Amino acid sequence: MESTSLLERILRGVALVLVVVFFMFPILWIVLMSFQTNETILSVPPSVIFSPTLENYQALITGKLTTAAGTLDIAFMRNLGNSVFLSTASVLIALLLGVPAAYAFARHKFRGSEDIAFTLLSFRFAPPLLVLLPLSLYFQKLGLSDTYFGLIWVYQLICLPLILWIVRGYFEDISADVEYAYRIAGHSWFATFRKIALPLAGPGIAAAGLLAFIFAWNNFVFALVLASADKQPVTVGALAFVTASGIQYGQIAAAIVLSIAPVLALAIYAQRYLVEGLSLGAVKG
Amino acid sequence: MASVTTPQKTASGFKISRRWLPYVLSLPALLVCIGILVPFFTAVVYSFQRYRLSQPWARQFNWGENYLNFLYDPAFWNTLKISLIYAGVTVVLELALGLGIALLLQKRTRINNFVSIMLLMPLMTAPALAALMWKLMTNPGFGILSYLASLVGLQNFRWASSPDTALLTVVLVDIWVYTPFIMILLLAGLRSLPTQPFEAAALDGVPRSFVFFRITLPMLTPYILTATLFRLLDSIQQFDIIYAMTQGGPGNTLTVFQVEAYLNFFQSTNVGRSAALMIILWAITYILSNIFIKNWLRLRERARGEA
Repeated sequence: MESTSLLERILRGVALVLVVVFFMFPILWIVLMSFQTNETILSVPPSVIFSPTLENYQALITGKLTTAAGTLDIAFMRNLGNSVFLSTASVLIALLLGVPAAYAFARHKFRGSEDIAFTLLSFRFAPPLLVLLPLSLYFQKLGLSDTYFGLIWVYQLICLPLILWIVRGYFEDISADVEYAYRIAGHSWFATFRKIALPLAGPGIAAAGLLAFIFAWNNFVFALVLASADKQPVTVGALAFVTASGIQYGQIAAAIVLSIAPVLALAIYAQRYLVEGLSLGAVKG
Repeated sequence: MASVTTPQKTASGFKISRRWLPYVLSLPALLVCIGILVPFFTAVVYSFQRYRLSQPWARQFNWGENYLNFLYDPAFWNTLKISLIYAGVTVVLELALGLGIALLLQKRTRINNFVSIMLLMPLMTAPALAALMWKLMTNPGFGILSYLASLVGLQNFRWASSPDTALLTVVLVDIWVYTPFIMILLLAGLRSLPTQPFEAAALDGVPRSFVFFRITLPMLTPYILTATLFRLLDSIQQFDIIYAMTQGGPGNTLTVFQVEAYLNFFQSTNVGRSAALMIILWAITYILSNIFIKNWLRLRERARGEA
């Protein structure tokens, strides 16, 4: 575009390096830490040269940590399993409920449709604890507190609005004439929905599902309020682990790595959808 | 556009199913959410009650007393102050940084694209886990950041455990997690701007500062507004980072709205005060999000119209 001077190019290069260092260093450092023994971690000055060990991961996966003081039980794998189960189940249910609703909102301007859509969207912006604190009292009465069912229900607050709004945008972009032509040919609305609308909106549905999964996985406060130790996902579990194990820094680092790795992999895989999803489709283009 | 809403309706049975279809389709999603709407009204009721979990017998309506008490309650003003400072500081810094990085990465080169994908990683890290990562890095015993601070002469820099630097530490984590969000939105905006004004300006030899302030910035404004309001709404409600890092401490240094409400509920079991706090936060976010949704819908319409 424009001619750039050497000085400007150097400055840009330096700025780029600083940006990469600031945003990547913490992840790199925690990964390095997860392969170190406590002795290496505690050595001053910190060193990047060490003989890597897998014992932190081993301790997490076997659930047994042998220290000088005795054997310590670690329930971290259970947290990891909870995260996988809670996020997957929540997203599947949200897709089942949200995709038909998104189709209804996109195709039919029925009475109250905008109000309903707004109400659902406003959940995205309400303070979670406003609902969670009374809900925790209700759940105790209903016997739903500390159940997967209750948690998955509440997780719909994260997943449903996201799916509804992203998928709705995709349905609106499909020309209604295509569907109408198919209807004219004598097919039912359900066949039209299944054979025309769903496949065309497929990429959008996949993207919304992936994003909803990431958001559900990263959620902290819902499970903090509503779940006890054996139902907690990794976000709450890791914090509890820090409090309980105190000085097992290597294992804490390994636990963090195991907790963020699945989501980071998904994010990199789905990166081109993220922009649109993150802004709820506000900046299409 | 909406030609599907006027199909020929032959059989009357078809007409009815056509009329009810959208309701049938959206009903399940609605029912699930209504179950969660109930607690919202409960929260309003609680906020007008004297209600402590430890003294259930003393529970009674005290009408506006919870709210009136806030007027003379230094802890409440501290909460309001910290929340506003936190939201203001994080949003301003993230906006400045995010815009800078977006401008840096604007050209579609291989390196720039790679870096912008890498920057997704902090954003996709759970904020609570990000706080734990920074907690390890700022540990006074072995934390790399404490070590680096000591190298530049800050011998006993205590990061989140000192009231003087706790805010700085959580703001740093917030910046680490959320700057990429603003960067990604603004980068998408920058790359979608029409090229003609810039080419014309280059031809005329217009100075680059002029191009930036008179062309780039005004054209980018809708994106900047969207990003700012999104972040403002999230930031004033921040809980995960602060709770995972310090649980609102040391003392009451970081008791922002949601942290204060959480502690009120679970530690002092003061349900009434906790609910009143959440209603006030909700009122703030409701006003902000209304401005936001209106603005955002207009943008969406415009984007759709031009496409």
